[in-house]
Amino acid sequence: MSTAHERLACKPADYKSDIKPIWCPGCGDYHVLMSFTRAFAELGLPPEQIVVVSGIGCSSRIPAYTNCYGFHGVHGRSLALAAGLKVTRPDLTVVVASGDGDGYSIGGNHFLHACRRNVDMTYVVMDNRIYGMTKGQPSPTTEPEFDTALSPGGTGLRPFHPLVVALASGANFVARCFSGEPNETAAVLAEAIRHPGFSFVEILSPCVTFRPDERDWKSQVHQAPVGATSDPAKAARRIMTDDGFNIGILYRGDRRPYQPAVVQRHVELSELEKEFEL
Amino acid sequence: MSQPTGAPEVSSLADLFAVAFQIEADAVERYEVLAAQMETHNNPDLAAIFRDLARAEAIHRDEIRRLAGDIDVVSRAREVAKWSRGESPEEVDLGAAHYMMTPRHALELALAGEQRALAFFQAAAASASDPQIKRMAEEFVEEEAEHVNLVHRLLAKYPPPSPSWSEDPDPPSSQG
Repeated sequence: MSTAHERLACKPADYKSDIKPIWCPGCGDYHVLMSFTRAFAELGLPPEQIVVVSGIGCSSRIPAYTNCYGFHGVHGRSLALAAGLKVTRPDLTVVVASGDGDGYSIGGNHFLHACRRNVDMTYVVMDNRIYGMTKGQPSPTTEPEFDTALSPGGTGLRPFHPLVVALASGANFVARCFSGEPNETAAVLAEAIRHPGFSFVEILSPCVTFRPDERDWKSQVHQAPVGATSDPAKAARRIMTDDGFNIGILYRGDRRPYQPAVVQRHVELSELEKEFEL
Repeated sequence: MSQPTGAPEVSSLADLFAVAFQIEADAVERYEVLAAQMETHNNPDLAAIFRDLARAEAIHRDEIRRLAGDIDVVSRAREVAKWSRGESPEEVDLGAAHYMMTPRHALELALAGEQRALAFFQAAAASASDPQIKRMAEEFVEEEAEHVNLVHRLLAKYPPPSPSWSEDPDPPSSQG
C-alpha cells in the first residue's frame, strides 16, 4: 500500500500550467519542458518550492508553462536575478532557463561570474545555435560557416565553447543533454538540482524553423564514453576533444556553494518604496 | 525476446497493468500536446485528428484501469512504469512534428507508436514465466495488433502527401 506522501506526490503533469506553449511544432523546447516536469516529479518537489527564472528568447518562455513560481526577466540577466533570489531564500529550489543568445551573448558576463560564485542553483541553457525568436541571426554557438542573411557565407567566427568556459569559471556540475531524450535529460536535471553549488546543463534543443538541419541531431548524439570526473582539467580536455555530441554528466565538482549569511528582518512595503522615491 | 534497454521490469501482474496503463496515459498526453500545437499553428484538421487519437487512447487507458480491478494502477505506475532510456512506446516523437504536417504524417507517427507497444508486449509475453502475466501480456499483444491493423486501415484512406507538402507560400522569414 502506498503512503500518504506517495499518494500526494506530484505527477509530471502537475507541474504544467494551463498555458499552451507557442513554440513551433517540432521545437526541442517542448521536450525540455517535459524533462523539467519529470525531473521535478522525480525529486518530489512541491511546485511552490521551485522557482523557474528566465531571460528573453524562445527558451525563456518556459516559466509560464510551469506551475511553479516563475520570473520572466530581462534579456541576459536571469542569473543575476536567480542568484539574488537564492541567497535570500536558500530554502527554494532555483532553476534558471536560458538560450544560447540570452545566456552566452547578452548574459555572457553573468554566466562567467555565476560559475565563479557557485550559488546553489541549476542553469539550463537550451542551445539551438541561432536566435530563433528574432528570426535567425547567428548566436555565439553558431558554426562559422552557417549562412544567414546577416552573415552571408557565415560569420567565420570560432563558436563559444560554453561547457569549457563553465569549467574554467568554476561551475560545480557540468552536463550536456539532447532534448529528444527527455527521460535521460530529466535524470540529468534531477542530478544537477541535487548537486550542491552551481550546476550547468547545456541541452541541445533543435530550432526546426531556422535550423532544420538540427533535426539530424537525433542521429548524431551519443552517450559520453566515460562517466563524470571530478577533475576539471580532465573534463575540459575531454570536452575540447569530443565531437560536441557527447551526452551525459561530464563533471561533478566538490566546491562549497556560496551562501552569505542573510539577516532576515521584517520590512514594511512603505519602507521599500522610500528607496525609490524621486 | 528481451525488452529494449531502459524499459521497466514486469515482475507481477500488477506491474503489467501499471505499465500498460502508463503507456496509454503517456500516449494521451502526447497526442494532446500535438493537438494543442496544431491549434496554435492554425492546422485545425490535424488538431482534430490528434484529439481523436487522444480520445481513443484514453478509452484504452480507462479499459486497462477497469481490467486491473482492485490494483491501484496509478500509484503502481508511478513506481514501476519508468523508462530510464528512450520513451514509453506510444509516446510519438514530438521532434517529428511540423506545422504543415498532414493526416498521413500523424497516422504514420501513430502507427510507429502502436508497433513499439506491440513489440513491448510481445517481449513481455515471451519473457514471462508466470502464466498469469503471460496470459495477460498476450491479451495486450492481441489488442495492440488490432490497433496496428486499425491504423493501417486508416492510413489506406490517405494517399502519401505530395513532395511539396511542407512548402509554405508565406514561410517564416529569416531576418538574420
